Amino acid sequence: MIEIEKVHKSFKDLEVIKGVDLTVQKGEVVSIVGGSGSGKSTLLMCINGLENIQSGSIKVDGTEVHAKGTDINQLRQKIGIVFQQWNAFPHLNVLENVMLAPRKVQGKSRAEAEELAVKQLTHVGLADKLKVFPGKLSGGQQQRMAIARALAMTPDYMLFDEATSALDPQLVGEVLDTMRLLAEDGMTMILVTHEIPFARDVSDRVAFFREGLIHEIGPPDQVIDNPQKPETAAFLKSVV
Amino acid sequence: MFDYTFQWRTALRALPDMLEGAVVTFETAALSMIFGVLIALALLAMRETPNLATRALAGTWVSIARNTPALFQIYIVYFGLGAIGLHVSSWAALLAGITFNNAGYLAENFRGGLKAIPDTQVRAARSLGMSSFQAYRLVVVPQLLRIVFYPITNQMVWAVLMTSLGVIVGLNNDLTGVTQDYNVRTFRTFELFALAAVIYYLIAKLIVAIARLLAWRLFRY
Repeated sequence: MIEIEKVHKSFKDLEVIKGVDLTVQKGEVVSIVGGSGSGKSTLLMCINGLENIQSGSIKVDGTEVHAKGTDINQLRQKIGIVFQQWNAFPHLNVLENVMLAPRKVQGKSRAEAEELAVKQLTHVGLADKLKVFPGKLSGGQQQRMAIARALAMTPDYMLFDEATSALDPQLVGEVLDTMRLLAEDGMTMILVTHEIPFARDVSDRVAFFREGLIHEIGPPDQVIDNPQKPETAAFLKSVV
Repeated sequence: MFDYTFQWRTALRALPDMLEGAVVTFETAALSMIFGVLIALALLAMRETPNLATRALAGTWVSIARNTPALFQIYIVYFGLGAIGLHVSSWAALLAGITFNNAGYLAENFRGGLKAIPDTQVRAARSLGMSSFQAYRLVVVPQLLRIVFYPITNQMVWAVLMTSLGVIVGLNNDLTGVTQDYNVRTFRTFELFALAAVIYYLIAKLIVAIARLLAWRLFRY
């Protein structure tokens, strides 16, 4: 369970998150939508401690992410994240990209890590690209590799930060399909996305972010199909 | 019009001694590169610290090394230290001078290389549970190595050529020193220095060739 309580986050003088509360249950899929600069991506970075917070608290399975005594490297192993710019390691081939953290962080043997990596890469449809370097892959393939890389750590939670925003339109589908499979497998997911129809399909709840706050939250058939607040309706109209 | 008679025999007779000098030249350059890389890494770290004095010291080093003639840098080590009573050998002065120069140039190359690796690489590594040290060791440094590989090769060639400056502080057992010794005895200036130039050229070419081979083995992406 991820519990976000009264979180405030600023970059210097600019407050981007202004007291967000959100609880995500095990197995739940929550989508966060909203205009750019509304603080959605920053919130994701706060959940796995890539960004600090000014006040409030974020707990993952009861462990406070930003507490002094927390072993953040340990905690991050159960929170996978996929970035907008996929961030493949260019000096390693696809298989090595996925094997690196299981070996070096979790101390798995080469054989064990390879088996795990091949399984995940097969799952995302890259079984024929194991020895290829990321530079030779399309954006969609690199993003699927990044998903496999995160999954190889066998996380309990997956965060997606606009995973399809930097992709060519014809490549978006393959990544969304991979994410959909994951949601169907029961993975707990928080996705920041601009793909409204996709969010409606896979989400248990949708949160509309506005000016650093959750402006409206609820099941997709409410927030997306029948928004209660005029700002939500205006936003949806502008993106669809 | 032109009545200089080439006497290559004299130069060729000097060749074995010159080749011995070339070994000294290569060793000195290699040593100055090893120290240069280590100091450059230290300078790189110093320039990233919040301590103003540390940053200023490193910045000054880089600035002086890159903006004054290497000749003066060697002079200053030899005669400057001599003036305050610290007498160092010609070879030590040369080594220190070139190392100073190498470190300055390499520190700047390393800094540029580090900037070329996006912060998001570290983020991605950290997000997988790697410690900061692991993220640098496993993700940043391998990429940095590739970026700075050719600048390092370049500096190595440059270091070999800079060793020829040792002759001005009295070094006589490197390639230039040996050549100069033969020159004052035989006055076959053109032949001797032409031969020395060929040897320098071959050393430089050899370094580049080995670097290419190494890069081909090392960087597969």
